[in-house]
Amino acid sequence: MSRAALLVLADGRFPAGGHAHSGGAEPAVAEGRVRDADSLADFCRGRLHTAGLTAAALAAAAAHGLDPLALDEAADARTPSPALRTTARKLGRQMMRAARATWPSPELDALAAARPRGAHQPVVLGLTARSAGLGPVDAAHCVAYETVSGPATAVVRLLSLDPFHATAVLARLAPELDRVAEQAAEAARQGIDALPAASAPLLDITAEAHAAWPVRLFAS
Amino acid sequence: MSVRATARLRAEPDGRGGTALPVLESAGPLALRRTRSPRAAYARVTVVGAMSAPLNGDRLAIEADIADGARLTVDSAAATVALPGARADGEPSTYTVELGVGEGAVLHWLPEQLVSARGSDLRMTTRVRLAPTGRLLLREEQILGRHGEPTGALTTRLTVHRAGRPLLDQQLAYGPGAPGGWDGPAVLGGHRAVGQLLLADPAFEDAPLPARLLGPTAALTPLAGPAVLVTAVAADARLLRGILDDAMRELLDGLKTEQTG
Repeated sequence: MSRAALLVLADGRFPAGGHAHSGGAEPAVAEGRVRDADSLADFCRGRLHTAGLTAAALAAAAAHGLDPLALDEAADARTPSPALRTTARKLGRQMMRAARATWPSPELDALAAARPRGAHQPVVLGLTARSAGLGPVDAAHCVAYETVSGPATAVVRLLSLDPFHATAVLARLAPELDRVAEQAAEAARQGIDALPAASAPLLDITAEAHAAWPVRLFAS
Repeated sequence: MSVRATARLRAEPDGRGGTALPVLESAGPLALRRTRSPRAAYARVTVVGAMSAPLNGDRLAIEADIADGARLTVDSAAATVALPGARADGEPSTYTVELGVGEGAVLHWLPEQLVSARGSDLRMTTRVRLAPTGRLLLREEQILGRHGEPTGALTTRLTVHRAGRPLLDQQLAYGPGAPGGWDGPAVLGGHRAVGQLLLADPAFEDAPLPARLLGPTAALTPLAGPAVLVTAVAADARLLRGILDDAMRELLDGLKTEQTG
């Protein structure tokens, strides 16, 4: 494996469109549930262990070589919110374009052909990691990190939170990120039936509310 | 002493427009009673908790098989309260529900709340296999702690397959030992009652419902397959039930209009 390839894939500047999404932080800020660095940390921790673990395991499974179409179906069943399914597919399509230009592979081509409107983003990311010669734990790390870095970055803009404080939140979560990535990769090794389905009721509910806002800063 | 018990039931069309129950086996604390059904085509079974259960270490299960064309409502006489049991070092308890719904069959699975009492540790698993033309109405409510009490540890997993493919898969984990952030702004935000209402019906294949908010802490969402899920959090069991009851009434009325109108 190439450590540099992991840095390229995990880089927030990788052109896959993630910066436009708050990961549910925008409605949480609007409702006053996230208002400072402490509540941001609590939000990120909750998201990491629910939606984050589920997505990381899907990515690890794709990187491990499990059938991406079966994983895409498993992702649908784990995403009851249509707003979040739409977001995941939109991000998956953007990730696919970047991935095919960066690490082309027949597996990416096949998934792009089978899901022209986009597969779930974690599945695409996992397959991208595989095409880049990375492993399941790497893919899980990327997704787990995205799960918390998205909201942290968004909250800097939404609350004018000190970026140093937001980054400190991420740094303090590092040991838990490692554990979630390991847990995700371990589940992926056991096959599709072993994949976690951890979910967060408030994220699902507020995603639908947020999608109906007439004006918002972030797409999701 | 921990209890291992599996209650079983099977529903079949009785050949006269109603539903028969050729298998109705109570086990341990799970007593199954045939009760009077308000609708002629449906049989009704009420789960009567003969003892308080489950206690930590117990392994309880219910297996229900709804044969092609049968119609069944299952409810319960009281809330299920997960309790710690006598020994502090007890293992977690498990409660497993396995449901099969055949072609043209209907299952309304509407138990009372699951209450996680302080010190309890329960893993609840519900698995449903739906035939393509089977219909399912399923309610689950998790109440975290009895009145004014901190919650026990509770993990629930709800997995529904339709025609062999995944329709819904959700896992919730709360209380002591659950991964961090479960009570925080992304997951529960301090709410103590969480509920799901799932309605799967082939009628949604041609006429999916749009997503809709049901107040500030509840949403009705169409799944990727022909089903809708209501997800709600509330301060307490009563408020949660109010949200789910309103949604259930509206959903069932909507389907009635769909089928007759």
